[in-house]
Amino acid sequence: MGHYAAWDIEVARALITRLSSLDGAVMPILHALQDEFGYVDRAAVPLIADALNLSRAEVQGTISFYHDFRDEPAGRRVIKLCRAEACQAVGCENLVDHLRTRHGLAVDATTADGDLTIETVYCLGNCALGPAALVDGELVGRLDAQRLSALCEGRAVETAQIIERVPA
Amino acid sequence: MSDKAKPVRIYVPIDAAALSVGAEAVATAIRRAVEQRGRPVEIIRNGSRGMLWLEPLVEVETSAGRVAYGPVSPADVAGLFEAGFLEGGAHPLGHGPTEELDWLKRQQRLTFARVGLTDPLSVADYRAHGGFKGLEQALAMAPADVVERVRASGLRGRGGAGFPTGIKWKTVLDAVAEQKYIVCNADEGDSGTFADRMLMEGDPFTLIEGMVIAGIAVGATKGFIYLRSEYPHAHRALNRAIARAEHAGLLGASVLGSGRAFQLEVRLGAGAYICGEETSLLESLEGKRAIVRAKPPLPALQGLFGKPTVVNNVLSLASVPWIMVHGAKAYADCGMGRSRGTMPVQLGGNIRRGGLVELAFGISLRTLIEDFGGGTRSGRPLKAVQIGGPLGAYLPDSLLDTPMDYEALAGVQSMLGHAGMVVFDDTADMARQAKFAFAFCAKESCGKCTPCRIGAVRGVETVDRIIAGVERDKNLAVLADLNRLMTDASLCAMGGLTPMPVMSAIRHFPEDFHRPAMAVAAE
Ligand SMILES: Cc1cc2nc3c(=O)[nH]c(=O)nc-3n(C[C@H](O)[C@H](O)[C@H](O)COP(=O)(O)O)c2cc1C
Ligand code: SF4
Ligand code: FES
Repeated sequence: MGHYAAWDIEVARALITRLSSLDGAVMPILHALQDEFGYVDRAAVPLIADALNLSRAEVQGTISFYHDFRDEPAGRRVIKLCRAEACQAVGCENLVDHLRTRHGLAVDATTADGDLTIETVYCLGNCALGPAALVDGELVGRLDAQRLSALCEGRAVETAQIIERVPA
Repeated sequence: MSDKAKPVRIYVPIDAAALSVGAEAVATAIRRAVEQRGRPVEIIRNGSRGMLWLEPLVEVETSAGRVAYGPVSPADVAGLFEAGFLEGGAHPLGHGPTEELDWLKRQQRLTFARVGLTDPLSVADYRAHGGFKGLEQALAMAPADVVERVRASGLRGRGGAGFPTGIKWKTVLDAVAEQKYIVCNADEGDSGTFADRMLMEGDPFTLIEGMVIAGIAVGATKGFIYLRSEYPHAHRALNRAIARAEHAGLLGASVLGSGRAFQLEVRLGAGAYICGEETSLLESLEGKRAIVRAKPPLPALQGLFGKPTVVNNVLSLASVPWIMVHGAKAYADCGMGRSRGTMPVQLGGNIRRGGLVELAFGISLRTLIEDFGGGTRSGRPLKAVQIGGPLGAYLPDSLLDTPMDYEALAGVQSMLGHAGMVVFDDTADMARQAKFAFAFCAKESCGKCTPCRIGAVRGVETVDRIIAGVERDKNLAVLADLNRLMTDASLCAMGGLTPMPVMSAIRHFPEDFHRPAMAVAAE
């Protein structure tokens, strides 16, 4: 993650061709494009529509329905912060406040220098060890303000810090 | 070979939750330590035992069985070696034999029997622990008898709605079509739930075997696992497991040499909660906007690409191999009332010992949350437990003696859903939680029907006014009215059940809706 190729219409065309024979190929194609380029360029829409014999509106409609698909590049690093109920119960909204007050960072936005994107997600399946985040595809549990700061500043988070002893 | 030369087996989980608190670094530290000591060791990356508060939980295989240490950090590894943990030596992080731990011993693990025990991606390990037996059994039976066995077990869909699995399968079996499908709903969108994820990462062959049995039973040759994109670890595990299952003949043109074909593919969602709803999921699999379909037609008759389709949750399908091996009666003998078998319960939120507990239906919520869960993590008084995900009710302490049972929970105006239990302490503000329920619905609504699409937005505004102290009684009446409308007139349970968390919050925690007015949050 984090190292995406620049948009290239020929690469896109090859990806689309390779996947277009799948049953229900649209989602796999969109994922493949986003994995390659970090977003789904608008120029891909007519290519997909042609390959699958769909209207451009149908393809655009699918892209816009899903939270995951972006139409412009994300930051070099992506933190997906869980803000669902189990993480609310252990203070994830305090972490959102911390991002704003301490780092001037907004959730669901990318920093101006293109370094960092922070997104809201609803549940990462780590609800017993929240607050949770998915940081460039790796799950982090028992997040707190210090560790979140480290993640924002691109410092390594020591795993020793991640472990908190909970008496059995 | 002397005992000293035999490699010692050490288990370090590769489950995403264990990784989230450092299991990878612990595995690396152990590997380094054994290199220095020159003692032959085999490190096995197992699933999680479900005691998530003890993760990373490292186990060592000794002559006296597996011995547990946790939570282990890389810094503890040297000390563990010094304490002789390769022989099960005593250490402050030691818990003795894993199987003797009260938390595990009190459970009835049927669906999760192998999770945490085996190497999830080893076909040999799977077979050694009873894998394939269910499928062999099914292949030796007439399809209708397989379906009947599932029906007789009393298994109800574990994804939330609780519909009898055998009846769904019978509908697909009886449908006439040249192509049928098995679709596994692995969207697991509910907050507080992670059992599907743990099973897919910890014992993926069980799910695959369950899907193959479903295919054999109803005459489907193709299956899809629709997995949420928030689960990259499960995605890797499933893809590897499918490749190995193909290699082992569990999948392919002739399943275990039977001449019956079954192919399986994983498809990723893209961050939309509504894709957990089965018809929305099918639209998504077809590559469209995931707008909910009206029923009828049932997916069992006109499902994926218009063909008869079984849509079942991960745990429903993963329970089938056990039922095939042990019989319908053994499964049905667990449970109470019309809730048969076991349910993997997930304890999360503000809880001291969060994790997965599989038990027969009928156990009280209090036993789960207090005995297993140990109460709140913060140590403050428990205020509410939300059961069944974002559409589930918030229950107060006084209702915790309710048994875990579909009907008993409905009796207290709540629902079991996918059995996620999220604990909140007394700092929770239930008016704010009610507002969140509406905001979530507004954000995640598929947009097809007005009560849900517009009602949820009106709900947020109305709760805001109540919090701000603007004409409270009138606005509470508006809210009750809105909730009735959404309940009665929504096409699916997204709009239809959003009133459940809202009304339960008002019913059980009225004081939170009558606090001194505060400024409306500028969100
Ligand atoms: C809004 C909504 C979300 C749902 N999310 C899920 C889900 O994440 N996983 C799941 O298995 N079922 C979910 N369901 C239930 C499915 O529609 C369906 O009942 C289920 O997949 C059938 O499988 P089962 O009978 O094995 O439970 C959801 C339903 C609704 C209305
Ligand atoms: S209730 Fe909401 S999510 Fe369900 S069909 Fe209607 S608009 Fe879509
Ligand atoms: S609610 Fe945050 S990980 Fe599940």
